[in-house]
Amino acid sequence: MKIRIKFAKEGIMKYIGHLDMMRYFQKVMRRAEVDIRYSEGFSPHQIMSFAAPLGVGVTSRGEYVDIEVLSTDASSCMIERLNRVMTEGMEILSYRRLPDSAAAAMSMVEKADYTVRFRKGYEPADWEHFSKGLSAFLNRERIPVLKKTKKGEKETDIRPWIDWLRTEQDHSIRMRVAAGSAANLKPDVVIRAYMESCGEKLDPFALTIHRDEVYGPDLRPLDQFGEDIE
Amino acid sequence: MRKLALPDEILLSIQQPARYIGGEVNMCVKDPESVDIRFAMCFPDVYEIGMSHLGMQILYDMFNRREDVWCERVFSPWTDLDPLMRQHKIPLFALESQDPVRDFDFLGITIQYEMCYTNILQVLDLSGIPLHTSDRGPEDPIVIGGGPCAYNPEPLAPFFDLFYIGEGETQYDALFDLYKETCSKGKSRQEFLMEAAKLPGIYVPAFYDVAYKKDGTIDSFVPNRDGIPARIEKELVVEMDEAPYIENPIVPFIKVTQDRVVLEIQRGCIRGCRFCQAGNIYRPLREHSLDYLKSYAYKMLKSTGHEEISLSSLSSSDYSCLKELVTFLIQEFQGRGVNISLPSLRIDAFSLDVMSKVQDVKKSSLTFAPEAGTQRLRDVINKGLTEESILNGATQAFRGGWNRVKLYFMLGLPTETREDMEGIALLAEKVAEAFYDEVPKEKRHGKVQVVASSSFFVPKPFTPFQWAKMCTREEFLERAYLVKDKFKEMKNKKSLKYSYHDADVTILEGVLARGDRNVAAVVEKAYEKGALYDSWTEHFNNDIWMEAFADCGVDPGFYTIRERGLEEVFPWDFIDAGVTREFLVREWKHAMDETVTPNCRQQCSGCGARTYGGGVCFEDSN
Repeated sequence: MKIRIKFAKEGIMKYIGHLDMMRYFQKVMRRAEVDIRYSEGFSPHQIMSFAAPLGVGVTSRGEYVDIEVLSTDASSCMIERLNRVMTEGMEILSYRRLPDSAAAAMSMVEKADYTVRFRKGYEPADWEHFSKGLSAFLNRERIPVLKKTKKGEKETDIRPWIDWLRTEQDHSIRMRVAAGSAANLKPDVVIRAYMESCGEKLDPFALTIHRDEVYGPDLRPLDQFGEDIE
Repeated sequence: MRKLALPDEILLSIQQPARYIGGEVNMCVKDPESVDIRFAMCFPDVYEIGMSHLGMQILYDMFNRREDVWCERVFSPWTDLDPLMRQHKIPLFALESQDPVRDFDFLGITIQYEMCYTNILQVLDLSGIPLHTSDRGPEDPIVIGGGPCAYNPEPLAPFFDLFYIGEGETQYDALFDLYKETCSKGKSRQEFLMEAAKLPGIYVPAFYDVAYKKDGTIDSFVPNRDGIPARIEKELVVEMDEAPYIENPIVPFIKVTQDRVVLEIQRGCIRGCRFCQAGNIYRPLREHSLDYLKSYAYKMLKSTGHEEISLSSLSSSDYSCLKELVTFLIQEFQGRGVNISLPSLRIDAFSLDVMSKVQDVKKSSLTFAPEAGTQRLRDVINKGLTEESILNGATQAFRGGWNRVKLYFMLGLPTETREDMEGIALLAEKVAEAFYDEVPKEKRHGKVQVVASSSFFVPKPFTPFQWAKMCTREEFLERAYLVKDKFKEMKNKKSLKYSYHDADVTILEGVLARGDRNVAAVVEKAYEKGALYDSWTEHFNNDIWMEAFADCGVDPGFYTIRERGLEEVFPWDFIDAGVTREFLVREWKHAMDETVTPNCRQQCSGCGARTYGGGVCFEDSN
C-alpha cells in the first residue's frame, strides 16, 4: 500500500543535501522497522520517492516522501515510531495512506509556499521603501530573468510563476510560486530580480529561505491526497 | 537548535558542511556540568576517513559508558575550512558540544598512518594548544597519542604529553581515575604525568633522555627521573568477549568510506608475513565467539539502520567459526535488504560459494595479494600463498562467473631480483591464461581483466624486516618501469593492467616509520612550510619536505637506505610489543635463507606473545 509521509527539515539539517536525505530516510525505515516494500532483483532497494528536492541551506515544514509498505500500524503510532528514531531538526508531521491509483508525489507538485527573510546585517536600509517597491515590481506584466544555461544565457519571464507575494509586519516576505518539473521558481530569484531592477545586488548569503508547504493539483497540500490510518 | 561553532556564512560556503555540525544518529550528548572529564577524540584526517575507523568508535562508546566522562569527536578541517578558521580566529572544536578543544581535559589522537603527522600539528595549532609539550601549561589539555604509529612514537615525541602503547580497552579507566584523583587533590600537570608514566602501556616522552653515538645511532635511551619504567609493555585485550564493543555506532549523514556496520571478528593474525606490522604487533590472534558476534550484529543493524554489514580482521578466512557466522548473516539478514560484504577472504571453494550468494558476480572483482612475483620471494616474506593456489582460486572463480581479478604486489622487498619483478607480469599473465584455458568459450562472460598494482615496500618497526634497507626513489621507479615493460611483452597484455604507487611519498613514509626524535623538527618545519594532508596525492608536496630536511640538517637516507646492524639500538626498542627481539632476528635470518615459518596453528614459533596467556597460543589446551 502507498503511504505519503510529510516531514520537517529544520535546524542543522539544512546543511544536509538531497542525496544524503534519501540515504537518511532509508536508514530511518530500518531503525523504525517500517515494513517497507523492496524492489525485486539482485540488489533490492526500498520503494521510496521524494516530492521536491530542497536546496542546501533551505529549511522546510512541508517536505514529502512516498513509500510503499506491506503492512502498517495506525498513522499516530507510525508517526511516533518514526519520530523516535529522528535526529534533531527532523520531524515527521503526517503519515497517510494514499489511494492505490495515486500518482507519485514528485509528479503532483505544482506550487510551493515560501517565507524569506534577510539575515542580520543584510536587511534593506528602509523596509517600507523596499516593501512598497517590491509590490510595485510585482505589478509589472513581465519580469524577465536571465538564466545561465549550457549554451549561454537565456531570458525567461518569471511573472506567470508567481501566484502572490506579500511582505509582512515582521519583515519577512511570503510568496506562493510555481514548483515541480514543469516550472520551478526559487524564491531568491524573485528577490534578486527586484533588487537588480533597482540597481542593487543581492548577496548570496543575504536570505534565509523556508518552505512552508508544497501543493498538488487544485492547490491541495500533498498530504491532502491521502487519509489517516486509524 | 544546537549551537554551532561555525557561522552559517562559512558552513554554506564550504564543501560538505555536514563534516562539522555533528548531530548524527547515536551521537552522545551529555551535560558538561555533570561530568568530570571531557575527552576530545581526534582522528587527524577528514571526517569521512575518520568516521570509518573502527577503533575510534570502540573507544568513543567505551568512554561514554562512564558517567563521569564525556568523549567527543574531532577531525581535521578540510583545506577549504582551514584558512577560514585562521582568518576568523575560530578555534578547533569538538563535534558534539561544538566547544573549543583547548577547553577539554584530554585531546586523544589516534595515529593510524605516518602521512598524517602534519595533520596532527594542524589540529594542535588550530586548537590553540602549543605544539610542544614543554610549552603547555595547566590550562592546556593533556595530549595523548595511540594507534599503530605509537609503536614508534619518537618522530612525534615533542608534541605529545603521553602515548598509550597498545589496545585502548585496557588502561583508560585507570588513566581517567588517576586524572580525577590528581585534579581533586589539586596536583599539577607534571605530577599527573609522573603517575601516569607508571601505568602499564603509558609512555611519557619527556621523562626519557636519548643519547646518540657519533654515527647518529642511539647510544642510550633511559628514564631521566626515578620510578619511571625503562621498558613499556604494550597493552592488549586477552579475552575479546569480555571487552566492550560498539552497541550504537554513530551514523554519518554523508557517505563515509565505511558506510556500514563493521563486526570485528578477531584481532591479530596467525600468518606471520615478515613485512606486516599489524601481523606482529597485534599478536596473538584472539577471536570473538560466534554468540558475541551474533548479538552485536542484531544490535548494531537495529540501532543504525545500515543496509550493509561487513567483517573486519586481518585475515577473515582464519576465523574458526567463519562458515557458521557467514551462514547466519545470510540467513538472518539477507532477506531483509541487508547486504553482506566479505573482505580479506582467501579465495577457495567456500569463499566463492558464499560470495556468489552475497554479491553480484558480474559486477564484482576478486582480490589476491601474492605480494611478490615468485615463490622464492614469497618464501622470503613468508607469504604462504602459492602460485598453484592463486591459479586454482582464479580458475574456480572464472568458472563461477567472475572475470575480474585484482592482484596486489610490493616492489623493493629485501633480496628482490629481476626475476622476482618480472614474475609479477608473468603471474598476471598466467591468471589471464587460466581464464582462456580453463573456461570454455560458451561459458565465458565477456573478457577477462587482470589488474595488478604494486606499492613500494616500507620496512616497519617490530617486523622481521625492521633491519632492511629501503630502495631509493630511483631504484623504486626503475623496478616499476621494469615490471611495466615486462607487462608489454605479455601475450594477453590487452587483458592486463598494471599500476604502481607514488615513490616520493613512500620514501617519506619510510623516514617517519623508522625515524627518531631528530625527525620531529622536520615534521614541524614541513608543517610550517604548508605540508598538510600528505596522505592525499593531490595535496602531497614533496618539495616542501625536501626543503624541510635540508633546513633541519637531517638526511632522509639515514633512515631509509642505511644498512642496520643486528646490534643497533632502534628508537622503538624501549617498547615491548609482545614479539621478542630474538624472534624478529630469527625471522630476519630465515628470510635471508628463504625459509618459511609455519603459521601459529601449524606450529608455535616462540614469538613471545604466549606470555599474554590467551588467544591462539592456548587454543588446543581448551
